[in-house]
Order: sequence, then C-alpha cells, then structure tokens
Amino acid sequence: MIKLKKKIPLIDQHDKNGFWGGKFGGNFIPETLKKPVEDLSILFERLRYNKSFIKQRDYHFKNYIGSPTSFIKLQKLSNHLGGAQIYAKMVSEANGGAHKIYNATVHCLIAKKAGKKYVVGDTGAGYAGKMLSMAAKRFGLKCKIFMGAKDIKRQKPNVDAMKKNGANVVPVYSGSQTLVDAVSECMRYWVSNCDNTHMCVGSTVGPNIFVKICGWSTAQISRELKFQIQSEFKKIPKKVKLINCVGGGSSAYGFWSEFIDYEKKQIELIGVEAGGPRSSKLHAAPLTNGAKLGILHGAAAYVCQNSEGQINETDSISAGLDYPGVSPIHCFLKDTKRARYTSATDEHALDAYKLVTKLEKINPSLEPSHAFAEAIKIAPKLGKNTIIIVNSCGDAKKDRDILKARLGNNK
Amino acid sequence: MSLINLAFKKAKNKKRPALLTYTVAGDSSKKKSLEILKSIAKYADICEIGFPHNTPIADGGQIQSSAYRALKNGIKIKDVFSIVRDFKRSATPKPIILMGYYNMIYQYGDNNFINICKKSGVDGLIVVDLPYPENKDFAKKCKKKNISFIQLVSPTTSLIRMKKIIMDSHDMVYYISMLSTTGGKLKVSPEKILKKYNKIKSLNKNKNIVIGFGITEKTIASLRKADGLVVGSALCKEISKSVENRQNPVTNVTNIVKRLRKKIL
Repeated sequence: MIKLKKKIPLIDQHDKNGFWGGKFGGNFIPETLKKPVEDLSILFERLRYNKSFIKQRDYHFKNYIGSPTSFIKLQKLSNHLGGAQIYAKMVSEANGGAHKIYNATVHCLIAKKAGKKYVVGDTGAGYAGKMLSMAAKRFGLKCKIFMGAKDIKRQKPNVDAMKKNGANVVPVYSGSQTLVDAVSECMRYWVSNCDNTHMCVGSTVGPNIFVKICGWSTAQISRELKFQIQSEFKKIPKKVKLINCVGGGSSAYGFWSEFIDYEKKQIELIGVEAGGPRSSKLHAAPLTNGAKLGILHGAAAYVCQNSEGQINETDSISAGLDYPGVSPIHCFLKDTKRARYTSATDEHALDAYKLVTKLEKINPSLEPSHAFAEAIKIAPKLGKNTIIIVNSCGDAKKDRDILKARLGNNK
Repeated sequence: MSLINLAFKKAKNKKRPALLTYTVAGDSSKKKSLEILKSIAKYADICEIGFPHNTPIADGGQIQSSAYRALKNGIKIKDVFSIVRDFKRSATPKPIILMGYYNMIYQYGDNNFINICKKSGVDGLIVVDLPYPENKDFAKKCKKKNISFIQLVSPTTSLIRMKKIIMDSHDMVYYISMLSTTGGKLKVSPEKILKKYNKIKSLNKNKNIVIGFGITEKTIASLRKADGLVVGSALCKEISKSVENRQNPVTNVTNIVKRLRKKIL
C-alpha cells in the first residue's frame, strides 16, 4: 500500500530512483540524455533553495505574469444550479492567458543560469508553446516549438502568437500529429542538441526532473489560492472541492499542491480528464478508464496503450488534454486515493462552456470547460455550505475556430 | 564463447571490424524483413532487429518510417520472435540482437520477454530507454539466460560513469558516435570519434566496442579501426526508397550491405 507523506511537497516524495510510490515516474531516457538530465537536476536543486533565485522568480511572477490572479465567486452559476457555491480561480488572467506561463518562465530562468542560448519545447493547445516563446523573448533566448500538425490547424491563434514572438514552430507529422508526437519530437531534438539547448517539457510529465520543475512552478497557483480562501472565508471552509482539468496535469498539481495534506473530507481534489467525443471509443482519460502502467516519454505512468505496449491514439476536442499519458504525480494521487479522477466528454465540455459563458463574464477555454462540466454535474446535489472552486486555467481565445464550428450562432 | 563474441573474434582474425546491420522487423512486410535478414546475413556479422514502437524518443526519420510501416503491416511481438526463429533456422544464421523500447518489454513482463528471447534464439538485447544503472536488474536477468545485454555509451557519458558501465557490461558495448538521433549526418570527425572510442577501449580491452549512428557507405571506411560498426538508418532508408520505387528491397538492401562489407575489408 503506497502512502502520501505529510509536510513534504509532493514533487519531493519520490525515491532515489525518481519514482513516486515506488513505481510512477523515474528516468527512462536514452544514455545521451543522462548527463543533461543530471546536470539540470543538480542545478534546479541548487536554485530552488537559493534566495536570490527565489526573489527573481517572485519578481517575474508578480511583474511579468501578473500574480496573483483573481479569485471570484460565480454567483449566477451558483444560483442557477442551486446547490454548492461555485468559485473560480482565474488563472487565465496570467500573462498570455493560461497557467503555462509559470513553467515557461521558470524554465527560461533556469536556462539562463545554465548558460544555454536556445530553449526548445512541446505544445498541444499551443499555450505551453506560446508562453515559452514569450518568456524566451523576454529573457533573450532563441526558441523552437514542436507542435503536432493537427494541433497547428486547430489552435491557430496560439501558433500566430508563437511566430509573432519570434519562435520557430516546427510541425510534427508523425503518428497522430498531436501532443504525444510533439513531445517525442522535442525529446529527439534535445537528444541531438543537448549541448547548447535547454528543454522545457510543457507539463508535469517526462523524466523526473521535468515533473518537479513544472510542479514547483505551477504551485504558485495554490499558494495564492490558499491566501485568497483564507481572506474570503476567514478560515479554510469545512467542505471544499477543488476541480481541475487533467491532461498532463500541471495546472491541477499547481492548484492542489498546498492542499494535499488536508483531509479528503475537508478538501476533495477532483481531476477531470478528456472523455473524447461521446460517440467515439477514443479518449484521453487514462486515470478514469483504468489504463495500465506503462512507459511514455521517459516516465512510468498510467498510459492509454494496447496489450503490446503501443501507445493508443487519443481524441479530444481540447488539444491541451489530448494526451495518452498523465503525470506520475497524478497516478500517485489516484492510487493513494487522495484525488478522485473522472472525465467529461467533448459535448459535456461544450455544454459547460455555453452555460458558464451565458451566465458569467468569464471565457474559459475548452480545457477548464471540462472541469466546469464536473462542477455543473455535482453542484446541484451538494449543500450550500459546500464550496466548489474551479481552476479556470486557460482563456478560450485560442478555441475561437473550434467554438465557431461547434456552436455556431448558438453562442 | 557466446555467438556474439565469436562473431567479433572471426572478424578480428581477418583484421577487419565486425559489420552489424539494423533493420526493423516487419519492414517492409513480415515476409520481406525475414528475406532481407537471410540475404544480408551473407555479408553481415551480427544482425540487429528492431521491434517497432510507435512512440520512439531516440530514432530519427528513417527508422521511424520503417517502424511505422511495420506497425501498419500489423507486426506484433510474436511475429518478431517468429522472424528470429525462422532466421536462426536458415542456412547462414548470424547472431541476433533485438533492439527496442522498454514499454513493450514491460508490458510483456521482463522474465517472460527474456524467456521467449532465449527460446527464439536471440543473442543480445538493446533497450534504448533503459539506461544504466536502472538496467542493472534487467541486465542480470539477461545474463542468467546467456543473453548479452548491450550497454550504451554516448559522448555525454562521463569517465566515472563509463568505467561503471564497462565494468557491468557483457560481451558488447555500443558507442553512440555523436549527439544525435539515429540516422543523423555524421557531425563529428572520425578522428574525434576514434579518440573517444580508444578511451573506452582502454578501460577494458576484452570488451567489444561497436560504433553506431551516422555510419553510411561514405563514412564506414574511416572508422574501420573499431571492433564493430553498426549501419541502420542507411538500410531503412533503402527499404523506404525501394517501396517507393516498387523495387525489391531484398536485392537493394543486400547490395548496400555487400558494398559496406567491401569497404571495411
């Protein structure tokens, strides 16, 4: 039986081989990457306890990213559903429009410290890529972004933004032409260029150190939230549900990290994966659907795969969640039963988007719309003393074309 | 003496490096990949066969294309083993090294996989994403069944690490010539590669060190001082070309291997 430890950040609860719960994570990497991964690990462990580095990080979080993002009550949505009180953490207010800016900024700060001139990253919805291109520009690094050809088409606004920031966007035509292939291609690029290039993995996935850096960066969200909850309610309420969408799982980890030590009865953590189109068997919900443990992109985690170990194709209306794997940290939270994982279909996410944007003046992207779908589903069954908080972790500007095609003039 | 060691010894006696080929099982079809193996075995000393994975993180375009083609043809692990068995029963069998990614072995179960390797006649294993020291247990299990686990060493491997890897290695060690995925253009001079190679060799003269990545008809002669040389992407590329031009890949790939062999005589 694997257990969570208290008072130790979850990102540090791995063993000496990099495994959480003895089996999730690790470093399944080619020999060539052993040294750069080790160098990065040593550098990060030094920097994260270095006062001047922390100061630098906090300065950029505040003055560049715009921390803290606001915490608001969705009064009309709460009234409409007539149950739990629904709040949103508006992480989409962060510079660039999503949580990916935290990880991107930290990676660029690290790349500078490492003396690297180039930074390379993967992207699905385009946010990780857009933010990396923004941060790279700010810190004077040359940037290359790998993106699946299918995603380039469906998330054009973000592609335009990357190009405007001077990034070289490389389309990936292999496999399903989505995030999974972009990550593979990015790793391959790093294998060939690790001497002068820093790699930024866009979520809490990949070899151990990338999970840690990303989690350490997005944890800012829950540090702000904890403070905001305390000032709103005077103390942490008795019944709280923190709902977050989960693709790789970076925003969910960032949203939850300060609250993991609380009892589940007080603060429930709910992760919502992409259930895919209602009429299709394809999905991107390895945790919800009981996918088997496997190795993907350098880490052991639950992965959508066939019996031979070939990675399954996934499908989701949300490019940011359209990934067959998930963070080892979320596998650990699932198996220790600290978090509960479920999924929402494309249609549920669209319905949620429609309802939320009809009632409230917010514009969540398709990723957090999955989280809103779960909130909408459970809120009516809950009492008024239950506080639901949804991480509205991305802005829907990038989804312009999809929303127009799917909702037309109904919206 | 293992068949792999024997192959190196034979080549050494003839004062040439061993020639190792790499092709993907099931490319361009199950039948053709077996025919290719049987045919190139006349000129190769050791044959590496890839078991294709659809999320390869260290392969370049040529090998990816081969792997995707094989998977599209429906190749399964059991087919890979049956190709090995048939090859081992052929008139001119050579030592066989299976090469692939760990997830496929993991799904099969380490012991199960190694047992079937043994039964099918596999002589060695390369697992691209199971580095040292994480591979120690797996390597031990292989050794118990007299299967060589092949450790990799790269230009980024430190001397301390290299010493440990060599000490724990079996018959053969694979030196990755440069920072690259498979099939990259040789971006380091052969002199530099051989310098590093000699350093590795000096740690233990009894180990067979092969050089791979970036080796083609153009570059092979310049590295002939090594114990062995691996050619992979150049062969996969030829299969792609043959398929495109509706030619027989067996003849075309064999011709390349024949020419490669001539260059290291």
